[in-house]
Amino acid sequence: MGEKQVVKGNFATAVAAKLARVDVVPAYPITPSTLFPEQISQYVANGEMDAELLLTESEHSAMSAAIGASAAGARVATATASQGLKLMSEMLFIASAMRLPIVAAIGNRALSAPINIWADHSDTMAERDSGWIQFYAETNQNALDLMLMAFRVAEDHRVLLPAMVGLDAFVLTHTMEGVDVPFQEEVDDFLPSYKPKFTLDVNNPMTFGSFGTPAHYPEFKYQQWDAMWKATEVIDEVFADFEKRFGRKYEKVSEYMTDDADIIFLTMGATSGTARAAVRRLREKGIKVGTAKITVFRPFPFEHIKRLASKAKVLAVLDRAVSQGYGGPVFADVSGALANEKERPLLLNFIIGLGGRDITFADFDYIAEESQKALEAGDAGWPVHWVNLKTEILGGGE
Amino acid sequence: MSKIEIGAIITTPGSSLNYKTGSWRTMRPVLTPENCIFCNVCWEFCPDSAIEKADPKTKTPIKIDYDYCKGCGICVQECLANKNANLGNALKMITEEK
Repeated sequence: MGEKQVVKGNFATAVAAKLARVDVVPAYPITPSTLFPEQISQYVANGEMDAELLLTESEHSAMSAAIGASAAGARVATATASQGLKLMSEMLFIASAMRLPIVAAIGNRALSAPINIWADHSDTMAERDSGWIQFYAETNQNALDLMLMAFRVAEDHRVLLPAMVGLDAFVLTHTMEGVDVPFQEEVDDFLPSYKPKFTLDVNNPMTFGSFGTPAHYPEFKYQQWDAMWKATEVIDEVFADFEKRFGRKYEKVSEYMTDDADIIFLTMGATSGTARAAVRRLREKGIKVGTAKITVFRPFPFEHIKRLASKAKVLAVLDRAVSQGYGGPVFADVSGALANEKERPLLLNFIIGLGGRDITFADFDYIAEESQKALEAGDAGWPVHWVNLKTEILGGGE
Repeated sequence: MSKIEIGAIITTPGSSLNYKTGSWRTMRPVLTPENCIFCNVCWEFCPDSAIEKADPKTKTPIKIDYDYCKGCGICVQECLANKNANLGNALKMITEEK
């Protein structure tokens, strides 16, 4: 099944767009996602891909073009990151509210200022309310697979919502990994061509992007809300079908050594691999730790998180982003999901790896240590901890 | 109320014809047809294209389309018959009765 290739994460997302027979790719290149439009441009120039590559003057225009093309019935993919996603932000909400199943690969990168091109989830975390389905890849294989599955979920008539696939800047986008690239026939079989429910058509005119007064606006928002919850079921179906066809298992939240764990690390993205290795190391030292990674962040996997939390005494949530004046966004959502549970673990939050700072075993040792302290005290205290912070360089100019 | 489609998509073309914006009006212009001098200045100024043109040849006065007239009063302000002290007023504003 498929052909093993050693490729970068951006190639994995681009080849997924090709295999998905995407019709239109509106894009404005930005580090670390530039290789996506580059690769698509090669495919189109070589005649390997029958697509319209629209190189727009900004990301705002790229998403606007994506909206127009999708409304016209095209299968649409794009890629961006960081500041580019911020410039798209206005149009992201319009794409989801107009129920257009656009798929975007996001090279998760830190936000300015100070300008920084490295791995960080702040860009997509700030768009968690944009009405897009959010997947996060741990590996390049995940990036390819999740892109393919994103189209199936997004285009399902029970859903009709756009979806983004996050892959960590450089750690995935520019790192070569062995990836099983499925054959075209297999993908065609898994992902038939897009059948829009409504489409712009001169022979059957319709209004897209109409006005919504207070008389109708909440009902349109409720329909989106409903579609997001339908997506939770559709994602399960698509994950199951994908596993059957391609032999790779996906779960909204995947657990590792959690059954007897006192402390569970909750991660997202490429850090999850490091977390599993750290768990094995800490287990050797006799510390009962486990880990879990979130693959689907929107719609939020409430049931999985509740089940996970019921196993732990301390749930240590790692956030590669920070909501200034609160804490990590994943921590916030996890805490909210557990708020009505009669029994819940102590909840700790670790702000880690901002702006691409390496996430190491020493960091996991620290997280385990803080978790054990909380466990012994039976009290989480102030829950938000900054990991591997160089406190010695703070305070300049005071 | 009719059912809404997803994404605020309107599947019936030309549905704006059913949307009579004249319902917003709190005052309405009223024409005294015998005083209309067919100059069409009101037609030129109307920001909502709610005046139907007068025809000086057949001495047909203007008509006001109350489906879309929002009662701004610009036609009354600009009416040349109203401005000429020797002529009777052709347009006046009255309070809309709800």
